[in-house]
Amino acid sequence: MADLADTGSLQVRNVSKLFGTFRAVNNISLDIQKGEFLTLLGPSGSGKTTLLMMIAGFLDISEGDIALDGSSIAQTPAEKRNFGMVFQGYALFPHMSVRDNIGYALSVRKRPTSEIRARVDEMLELVQLQDFADRKPGQLSGGQQQRVALARALCFAPPVLLLDEPLGALDKKLRVEVQEQLKDIHRRVGTTFIYVTHDQEEALSMSDRIVIMRDGAIEQIGTPQELYEQPVNQFTASFLGKSNFIQQDGKTYALRPEKIDLRKGAGHAEARTSGVVRSITYFGSMQRVIVDASDGTEIEVDIDVWRNSEALNEGDTVDLLWKDEAAVELQTG
Amino acid sequence: MQAFTRHIHPGWLIIAPLMLMVIALYLGPILNILWLSVTDPEPGLSNYAKLAESDALIRIVWTTVRICIITTMFSVTLGYSIAYAMVHCHQRQKNYMLTLLLVSFWISILVRTFSWLMLLGRKGLVNGTLENIGLIAEPIAFMRNELGVLIGMVHYMIPYAVLPLLVSMQSLDTRVMDASRNLGASSTQTFWRIYLPLTLPGLVASTLLVFILSLGFYVTPAVLGGGKVLMVAEYISVQLLVTLKWGTAAMLAAIMLTGVLAMLWIMSRFMKLSTVFGGAAR
Repeated sequence: MADLADTGSLQVRNVSKLFGTFRAVNNISLDIQKGEFLTLLGPSGSGKTTLLMMIAGFLDISEGDIALDGSSIAQTPAEKRNFGMVFQGYALFPHMSVRDNIGYALSVRKRPTSEIRARVDEMLELVQLQDFADRKPGQLSGGQQQRVALARALCFAPPVLLLDEPLGALDKKLRVEVQEQLKDIHRRVGTTFIYVTHDQEEALSMSDRIVIMRDGAIEQIGTPQELYEQPVNQFTASFLGKSNFIQQDGKTYALRPEKIDLRKGAGHAEARTSGVVRSITYFGSMQRVIVDASDGTEIEVDIDVWRNSEALNEGDTVDLLWKDEAAVELQTG
Repeated sequence: MQAFTRHIHPGWLIIAPLMLMVIALYLGPILNILWLSVTDPEPGLSNYAKLAESDALIRIVWTTVRICIITTMFSVTLGYSIAYAMVHCHQRQKNYMLTLLLVSFWISILVRTFSWLMLLGRKGLVNGTLENIGLIAEPIAFMRNELGVLIGMVHYMIPYAVLPLLVSMQSLDTRVMDASRNLGASSTQTFWRIYLPLTLPGLVASTLLVFILSLGFYVTPAVLGGGKVLMVAEYISVQLLVTLKWGTAAMLAAIMLTGVLAMLWIMSRFMKLSTVFGGAAR
């Protein structure tokens, strides 16, 4: 098994995928560091899964090149790439026990039985499924199946692990729990994780870096904080979290709902604009207030219920305040 | 009435007439056959004793079993390849193949049997052509022997072998094969360790179907065997219509029925029959 310390960086160079004349992935370049948790985030049809399938080797690259640690793998068939993968829906082998599923990669590599057994035990412990080794996948819950898929993909110590919407089939509560486990496992194994999702919360909470994709191209790359605080355009700003868009002097600014202060009544000195409360929605930790601003636009404001005890009613006149740095100037288009 | 419906689900009342019909028209005659086999011409097991005594009978049963096994092996192997090709080619080609398959499925067995005679008989198209170009001096004996029977039967059985396999292959999650490749398995390893085990229920269904149907073959051996290949079904009909030994015919029918049921029972020990016949796998 390769030593993970010096392998696992991926270079994507001007890669395109054409289906007929349709460009599902259009001229993407991307450097992925070894050991990084990188998320490809985008709506369906943005090309994120197509890009992942090209990295995995299930789809040919139409143009460009993909390299592992600097050497091209474009011509390497999927079974020779040694990349682990967690499939959408897991794709576990239904006729094999959990143990045989996890040991499959080593068994097809004809490793000695004792080595397979020891390694599978190690993986079972990593995903906390020691008591389920002899079950069939059909006898496990969704979350357990997900962990088997993860253990199976990591068992042969791949330099890169590809995850295709691995939490899509889980309910929300379980998803948050599994996110924590995934992050923890990523820290422990040191493998490069490339994670595809359309769920922005997942992307924000787990990734080292996020690649936001639309129509087969990259919109923006950055750490979760960079992307949230400094979105470059309207698409990024609205896809990652919620955002108001303010037009001023021919420029567009993104303004997050929680960065706006709301004061009851009119005539505050530093007020940017004023308006009338149209609706208030209670979310427990905060409430979302939609204000019809005086210039005819609609502005969303998230306010902390705890710190704004003053009762607010629909129809109230309010002033809106924000700091200069809260509004981020966007590229047009 | 109240007390009655309380114990029995009212749904049974609706299907009761149909069930009675099935019992009267289907199970009745079968029981009658079983009854005949131990009562005609005289009460006792004398008909069954013939199986051990008569060399001719033993030969017929053995010929039947041998031909059915060979037919099943070839039909299922060819059927597996055809079904595999159909599942893995483009939709257009798949539709062509399915149409061809169904056309041959719908053509009468009599027509198909006689076509083989015209194609492969002594004066048939193949022998005629080979003789004309001087490749052979004597016609090759394709027909009027066991080979002829096998060709005709395998050809007839292929659609029956393909259809259950097609269903089983189509319902496979193709990502499972991708997963196997991704984990480093070669195509051969993926086939033997993943694809074949997962299509096994279809393979068993197809084997059972072909074997059971082959047991009852009558027209094909009669025409293509040229009277030299006598199988159980033809022998039963001779006993019924010519020699009027209904007891012997009933005994053979009972043996075949028992054989089929025994096979189903053995299979059910290895896998759920509901899975084999299209129920959900679990």
